[in-house]
Amino acid sequence: MTDTNTSSATPSGDAKYVVDDLIAQDIDAYLDQHQHKTMLRFITCGSVDDGKSTLIGRLLYDSKMIFEDQLAALEDDSKKVGTQGQDIDFALLVDGLAAEREQGITIDVAYRFFGTEKRKFIVADTPGHEQYTRNMVTGASTADLAVILIDARKGVLTQTRRHSFLAHLIGIRNIVLAVNKMDLVDYDQSTYEHIVADYRTFASEIGIEHFVPMPISGFKGDNITSLSENTPWYDGPTLVQHLETVEVLSSVNQEKPFRMAVQWVNRPNLDFRGFSGLIATGSVKPGDKVRVLPSGKTSTVSKVVTMDGDLDEAVAGQSVTICFDDEIDCSRGDVIAAADAPPEVSDQFESTLVWMNDEALQVGRGYWLKLGSQMVSVTVQQPKYKIDVNTLDQLAAKTLELNEIGVAEISTDKSIVFEAYADNRSLGGFILIDKMTNATVAAGMLHFSLRRAQNVHWQAIDIGRKQHADLKNQTPAVLWFTGLSGSGKSTIANLVEKKLHRMNRHTFLLDGDNVRHGLNKDLGFTEADRIENIRRVGEVSKLMTDAGLIVVTAFISPFRAEREMVRAMLPEGEFYEVFIDTPLAVAEERDVKGLYKKARSGELKNFTGIDSPYEAPEEPEIRIDTTTMSPEDAATLIVDTLMGDVQ
Amino acid sequence: MKTLTHLERLEAESIHIIREVVAEAENPVMMYSVGKDSAVMLHLARKAFYPSPPPFPLLHVDTTWKFQEMYKLRDRMATESGMELLVYQNEEARAKGINPFDHGPLHTDMWKTEGLKQALDKWGFDAAFGGARRDEEKSRAKERIFSFRTASHGWDPKNQRPELWNLYNARKNKGESIRVFPISNWTELDVWQYIHLNDIPIVPLYFAAKRPTVERDGMLLMVDDDRFPLEPGEKPVERSVRFRTLGCYPLTGAVESGAKTLPEVIQETLLTTTSERQGRAIDKDAGGAGMEKKKQEGYF
Repeated sequence: MTDTNTSSATPSGDAKYVVDDLIAQDIDAYLDQHQHKTMLRFITCGSVDDGKSTLIGRLLYDSKMIFEDQLAALEDDSKKVGTQGQDIDFALLVDGLAAEREQGITIDVAYRFFGTEKRKFIVADTPGHEQYTRNMVTGASTADLAVILIDARKGVLTQTRRHSFLAHLIGIRNIVLAVNKMDLVDYDQSTYEHIVADYRTFASEIGIEHFVPMPISGFKGDNITSLSENTPWYDGPTLVQHLETVEVLSSVNQEKPFRMAVQWVNRPNLDFRGFSGLIATGSVKPGDKVRVLPSGKTSTVSKVVTMDGDLDEAVAGQSVTICFDDEIDCSRGDVIAAADAPPEVSDQFESTLVWMNDEALQVGRGYWLKLGSQMVSVTVQQPKYKIDVNTLDQLAAKTLELNEIGVAEISTDKSIVFEAYADNRSLGGFILIDKMTNATVAAGMLHFSLRRAQNVHWQAIDIGRKQHADLKNQTPAVLWFTGLSGSGKSTIANLVEKKLHRMNRHTFLLDGDNVRHGLNKDLGFTEADRIENIRRVGEVSKLMTDAGLIVVTAFISPFRAEREMVRAMLPEGEFYEVFIDTPLAVAEERDVKGLYKKARSGELKNFTGIDSPYEAPEEPEIRIDTTTMSPEDAATLIVDTLMGDVQ
Repeated sequence: MKTLTHLERLEAESIHIIREVVAEAENPVMMYSVGKDSAVMLHLARKAFYPSPPPFPLLHVDTTWKFQEMYKLRDRMATESGMELLVYQNEEARAKGINPFDHGPLHTDMWKTEGLKQALDKWGFDAAFGGARRDEEKSRAKERIFSFRTASHGWDPKNQRPELWNLYNARKNKGESIRVFPISNWTELDVWQYIHLNDIPIVPLYFAAKRPTVERDGMLLMVDDDRFPLEPGEKPVERSVRFRTLGCYPLTGAVESGAKTLPEVIQETLLTTTSERQGRAIDKDAGGAGMEKKKQEGYF
């Protein structure tokens, strides 16, 4: 080792768990011991000055996870950019990216590793500034335990409440209250007890029933690995002792009913068909009766397969492949569950959302929702309220901005298998993905299925869409015209319908202006209203195709996401996106209704192409260039394409 | 009630990640560098899909300067796993005669970084598994398990998608590709223990043996073939050495060691006081931010 003894930050030599004599004396015995270690994932919560990075650096240092060359670099860095004078600045160990080292702040979630002879630890380290909510929720989502750091000189602060609220929200039930920097308050017992009492009052308000307080100094090493002589009045565990013995989530999960989301169907040949996944809760063994959801079909487990041999039993936290004793339908997105205690299936929920993107929530817009291996389209209602993470007040909200947390109802386009997040993180936690940018925009937690979904049953009807279509001797379809105002949508759509009518096809034309006189007369032209306008037209089109009709629609429908939403409502192959491609200059030149003139003068707001965007289709089924094709030719091309496809 | 060990939990997590990629990517590939981390990653892939072979090929971006024993094990493991092995060598680097003795950092740039980009473009892979671990290096500690790269393979550390629970968003924009690191949460010790427990074949260079070496700039280099230019008066000396990491033989420092068995290697690892990547010249380029900079440029 290099000589670090001159530093006051060097741990006192009693950190016994670190250097294990067994390594040198009997490596086989040591390995045997360490092969039985368990794992705990935790998160440290604190702001810039709470000494969070210092504490993590200390844990790494004390468990010999810092090597000589790293230590030499650390000492060098400490002198150059450290904030601890000549002492080692442990924070430099964990501030990873060049940009952060220069600014002296951490900017993202980082994961650190250390171990004792009982456990391996993974620490999520998250920064303490305005991006905090997003990063802390990310780090906390995989944690079994949270260490809430408090500066002993400052006591319970707004940020302490925020950290505790977020940890509780994400479902962490093991909370450690680490009153740090005790060295700076002369290890004063009454200061410590005062802080703990303050925290207890607050904790019970937000539903934290149990927490473990301890007085520590990350910088000096008090009560981290061994009980400190400086706090003789403290008789609880050291931080490491507590981390080594607290119960981990995966053990708790084993006691719940069996659930496994199917990730992949394993079918190497005709004789083998297995369903691969990570067991979320419970256990499974050959002979168990299981139910596949959402179909509800039942079967019996014949084998639990791994490369190390078939298992007598597999438990929560293991990745396995399950075989059934009969051939029932099961594929990616399905959930295999205990037959007598299956999870619910629904398509409308109350949920808590944590918004993680610069672009705010668009109420009514379609997002992808990923939950387990299920991926569905979802829309979010206007939030019931958002939560001020500092005061915990519930505030009215029209949307959710970056780092805001709110409670909102969501509806999926297909039923999904779920459980309340409080009961099962794997079947209750989800992410939302923007359909255009593919960014992960939100994390969510399902609370319960709304009564509506449970009580509004789908009326089984004998005459279905097939019978309707057969009687009309046609295949239903939606010809969805999109394009700028004045591009020629209505003109061409009208010609198309006439042609189809002459061919004895049963059709219906839904026109933008006409619909706004009736069905959608309550809607304006804000982004939210435009989205709702298209959603309703999509639903009506769907009913009409159920009735066997060929539907022609003529709406500007400027947003890709909404057009994709309608496409997703319909059976595959029934949606034709018809892009009437007229350049803005040409449409404006025509200005049939005089609207462009009004928009240019500012008389008309939110006009597509002027002060509201038009997102052109990327891969439309049919594209009509009106600068080179007459309306009549365009109509012929569209009808020919449709008839060619359906016959 | 069964208590899962930390290795069982790590294994289950890695298998879960590998299966997600196969379910969601169109054309995945596994980067195979023949080192111990690759060995573990390949073993996990075989477990993930057993009894099927892993449904993707192995890709070795070859610099032509690897140790001979690495090439041997590479070919053997491809056969054993029943997977297709793709080997890519950057023709431009070959034409220019780029080598680690004369060209320093350019050797890594051309053969590895550029070679990797060319290989991914050539076959159109949209997801590539890599065996990097977060404990290796500071900038790795902040990288996501699903790490997105631009069409030019660049990494933007400030614009990473949040990764929650075990839900991975594998949806990519046009031109983007994903590097996936299934053993992100493993430490060096975890890797060794897992190899030990599962009896995974590794390159014999990890074990101590008498090998011809020369000492240069404080590094012990092995004279692996006759391309090694000896300086006047320089003579290879037989030393009992082993390697903690494996790369191009002229760039990889050996350590003097007597560890001939896996437990002995683990013992030495635990008692040692220098970090694993210390023996590799690559991290030292460009000061402390070497790896972060390399990654932004497209290095794995």
